[in-house]
Amino acid sequence: MEQVIQLEKVNKWYDDFHVLKDIDLSVQRGQKIVVCGPSGSGKSTMIRCINRLEAHQKGHIVVHNTELTNDLKNIDMIRKNVGMVFQQFNLFPHLSVIDNISLAPIWVKKMPKKEAEDIAMSYLEKVKIPEQAQKFPGQLSGGQQQRVAIARSLAMNPDIMLFDEPTSALDPEMIKEVLDVMIQLAEEGMTMLVVTHEMGFAKTVADQMIFMDEGKIVEQATPDEFFNNPKSDRTKLFLSQILNH
Amino acid sequence: MTTFSNQSLMRNKYYNWIIKNLFSSWVNSLMTVVAIIFIYEVGTFFLNWAFFAADFRTNFQGELITDRSFCSKNIMPGEYGACWAIIYARWDQFMYGFYPIEEVWRVNFVYALLPLAIIGILFDKLPFRKYFIYFTFIYPFLAYFMLYGGPGLSVVGTNKWGGLLVTLFLGVTGIGLAFPLSIILALGRRSKMPIVKSLCVVFIEFIRGVPLITLLFTANVMLPLFLPDGVNPDNLLRALVAVTLFQSAYMAEAIRGGLQAIPRGQIEAAQSLGLNYWQTTRKIILPQALKIAIPPIVNTCIGLFKDTSLVLIIGLFDLLGIGRAALADMTWTKLYYEVYVFISLVFFIFCFGMSRYSLYLEKKLKTDNS
Amino acid sequence: MQTNFLRKIIFDEKSRSLLIQTLVIGLFALFIYLIAQQTAYNLEKRGISSGFDFLNLSAGYDISIRLIPFTSEDTHFRAYFVGLLNTLMIAVCGCFLATIIGFLVGVIRLSSNWLFRNIAYVYVEFTRNVPVLLQIILYYSILLHLPKIKQAIEIFDGFFLTNRGFFSPSPIFKEGFSLVLWSFLIAIIASILIKKILKKKQEQTGQQYPIFLINSALIIFTPILVYYIMGRPLEFDAPVLKGFNFKGGMVIRPEFLGMLFGLSIYTAAFISETVRSGIIAVSKGQREASQALGLKNNLVMRLIVIPQALRVIIPPLTSQYLNLTKNSSLGIAIGYADLVHGFGGISLNQTGRAIEIMLMVMLTYLTISLTISLFMNIYNKSVQFKGNA
Ligand SMILES: Nc1ncnc2c1ncn2[C@@H]1O[C@H](COP(=O)(O)OP(=O)(O)OP(=O)(O)O)[C@@H](O)[C@H]1O
Ligand SMILES: [Mg+2]
Repeated sequence: MEQVIQLEKVNKWYDDFHVLKDIDLSVQRGQKIVVCGPSGSGKSTMIRCINRLEAHQKGHIVVHNTELTNDLKNIDMIRKNVGMVFQQFNLFPHLSVIDNISLAPIWVKKMPKKEAEDIAMSYLEKVKIPEQAQKFPGQLSGGQQQRVAIARSLAMNPDIMLFDEPTSALDPEMIKEVLDVMIQLAEEGMTMLVVTHEMGFAKTVADQMIFMDEGKIVEQATPDEFFNNPKSDRTKLFLSQILNH
Repeated sequence: MTTFSNQSLMRNKYYNWIIKNLFSSWVNSLMTVVAIIFIYEVGTFFLNWAFFAADFRTNFQGELITDRSFCSKNIMPGEYGACWAIIYARWDQFMYGFYPIEEVWRVNFVYALLPLAIIGILFDKLPFRKYFIYFTFIYPFLAYFMLYGGPGLSVVGTNKWGGLLVTLFLGVTGIGLAFPLSIILALGRRSKMPIVKSLCVVFIEFIRGVPLITLLFTANVMLPLFLPDGVNPDNLLRALVAVTLFQSAYMAEAIRGGLQAIPRGQIEAAQSLGLNYWQTTRKIILPQALKIAIPPIVNTCIGLFKDTSLVLIIGLFDLLGIGRAALADMTWTKLYYEVYVFISLVFFIFCFGMSRYSLYLEKKLKTDNS
Repeated sequence: MQTNFLRKIIFDEKSRSLLIQTLVIGLFALFIYLIAQQTAYNLEKRGISSGFDFLNLSAGYDISIRLIPFTSEDTHFRAYFVGLLNTLMIAVCGCFLATIIGFLVGVIRLSSNWLFRNIAYVYVEFTRNVPVLLQIILYYSILLHLPKIKQAIEIFDGFFLTNRGFFSPSPIFKEGFSLVLWSFLIAIIASILIKKILKKKQEQTGQQYPIFLINSALIIFTPILVYYIMGRPLEFDAPVLKGFNFKGGMVIRPEFLGMLFGLSIYTAAFISETVRSGIIAVSKGQREASQALGLKNNLVMRLIVIPQALRVIIPPLTSQYLNLTKNSSLGIAIGYADLVHGFGGISLNQTGRAIEIMLMVMLTYLTISLTISLFMNIYNKSVQFKGNA
């Protein structure tokens, strides 16, 4: 198995505040990992370190055999290969849906406009909203926006996708349409690192579950073991809270 | 029957409005009476002075007014109002300064094209906007060639320019040149590099902390000292340098406000797609930030446009400078109300127009966002 | 190896940032160096000396409007102070008058009477869309064309309007007047104490006291009482027409009045807008809420809306004060002897020390601006703090 992401004793501080404490994690190609944990435990910070939206201060992060340092060339290269989907969608409100998606292929991959738009359309079809191509983000529902955001990431043809609570800003009736897209993506073999509290999704898709608390990875296990036989008390407490909810 | 009730409904509506806004209480009614008397007094006085009892080109005896002794009010003191003949007599100077009369068509040509050059920037839904914007970029060169001259056109030195021409030249060129500079300053002020940031902060705060007149003086007196012998910018150019630097600092602050309003998520999304700093800035941040910043930018432009009048202090003849020159002329002296009211009106039309546009944009921004 | 090293410098975030900053500062230094060198060369060629020694030379010109004594034998340095004081005087008076007009117009803009509202609106639009310089010149022209001294308009006993300025009686303070001032000061302190005590009582017992009335009476009548007890230690010296001029009294020059009217009428238009939007901003919701509590309407305005609005109004108000202060530099257009006109204009022409003088003038304005901003920031912090507590 090919290792695509490796975190080794990663530490991060916000001023005095220790957000990530000795994080170790390794992700193989094609693996789907779901991260959960209480609010403020450092989940977002961890996955944002992987495409260096945040810089870690100690330890090593290696993506595709390239270590993330201050080297801007490496950062650019890794960002091209790692897609990210945000809780708040972060679509560009001044660009139409199709321009949102074709922007990066045109400017980062230097693709001809026509080709980039064709690719954009194909991904819009994949997330099942090709008819919205000419609209602006403000005219779409939350679920549609998040699907556009996924298509926008996919258009760069990444081999790793990071998701940071992609459904938690959505109304309940829209969650499914986004999860369906993500499940389809998982079935196609994409390497995925997903922060989510959708335990149903985790059970169907995840190869590994990770539970974080206070900046540490408290537990890492297969879903089966994680849900049926959690080792740590904190995990049990967390699961009881989230499953009874 | 229906028409009747509609009518009475309408009448009711007006009636209610009047009661509510003019006679809601006895204090309110008293205020209404006072206000009506005030408006009547001021209104009749002004209208009489400006129109009914005023001279335009001829006086009450039908003679063409060629100097102030022909003004009706100077023939029969106390009976007549304004003597607008001074504006007619000095019209060319107000519009073109001392530009040679036979070449004035060139200025008119530039004036006529100005709306075409600006309209593309003002309205984003304009049909064929792209071509208007192209023209916006060509216009400065065209205008400069037409006004100053060059191959095929006789040269008219800037010392011959004056009046509205100088006012508009300083206003429009100052704003146009300050715009790119202000973007750089605003981005620099938000930069993570401490040296770049502090240079921008010091520049912006320095310019905003001193009066424009000191900058004009400095440019006027010191620019020749700073530069090598061969390079000697004329007075208008010196003023333009001062005005541009001044405007860029204020505009930069307006733009910084826009930049601050962009959520961090926008930058992060762009970065996560692999866009570099300049791509993110150019494609994602600036288009959104500028849109938010346009109303405050327009407000700084109004300020600058009014401030161009300061150049008269360093000896240039802008609109106000021409007006003062006219009043200094013995044939027209003492007609200061006429001159100042006329110049005020010109400034008012431009500035009020801009402020309406800024309001329109603010409203549009609000509806766009909701 | 070498390419690797280069790559590390150019593509490493930190070293790239260092590189850019070094370049920027280098270019900047080069720019300054070139200009300094060229300037030194130009100065030498034109035989202009430099340095600040000229400050001790005698100025050789008179300044008609001054707060401290000044003759043409005094130094340029003293001329600087005369100008600075004149700048500060017009700025303070202008801000004061502009605030009064501005608040008045701002409140009228919210009047329930449609006509009043719109008269104020017309005032605002017409004054703020016309250059302040034009307004200063216009008001000055009007003042200059008032009747000559011989035909002076007497508005009250001893007050004359002429084209040479506004003549009024001047006060002569006799022994004991300082006591009146002291009693005034004490009355103010006392009223603050009374307000605190009664407020506390009001909170405890719920009984309403006419605090405002009590305090106004205290502040107004105490000094008056002392004034009469001390045997009226204040007299006035009224101006009397003697030959071609007035004798006695005091005069406010048209240059000062022109500046005062121009600056304050112009700035008041902007202030009225901030007042208006400040009141609107807080009265939405706030006002309805307090009305629901059953307070009377005018009481609501006083107790809740105005103090709250002040919080919103004061920051933009300060920036208007700053603008007014900077605009006071336009005195040169009508001959008001402020910093720019006297020191920055005449001294500059006489000594030719353009760089030194402009530097001093600009730094002075910068100091004034930064001082005002500093106080503003301190105020903002204290308000925010109170808001949170
Ligand atoms: N820019 C920042 N500066 C300072 N502290 C921060 C910053 N960003 C996050 N933190 C803090 O770091 C901790 C971890 O934040 P993080 O966003 O990673 O949590 P999370 O596990 O994603 O929580 P949530 O479920 O609420 O998204 C939090 O306590 C947060 O307050
Ligand atoms: Mg999070």
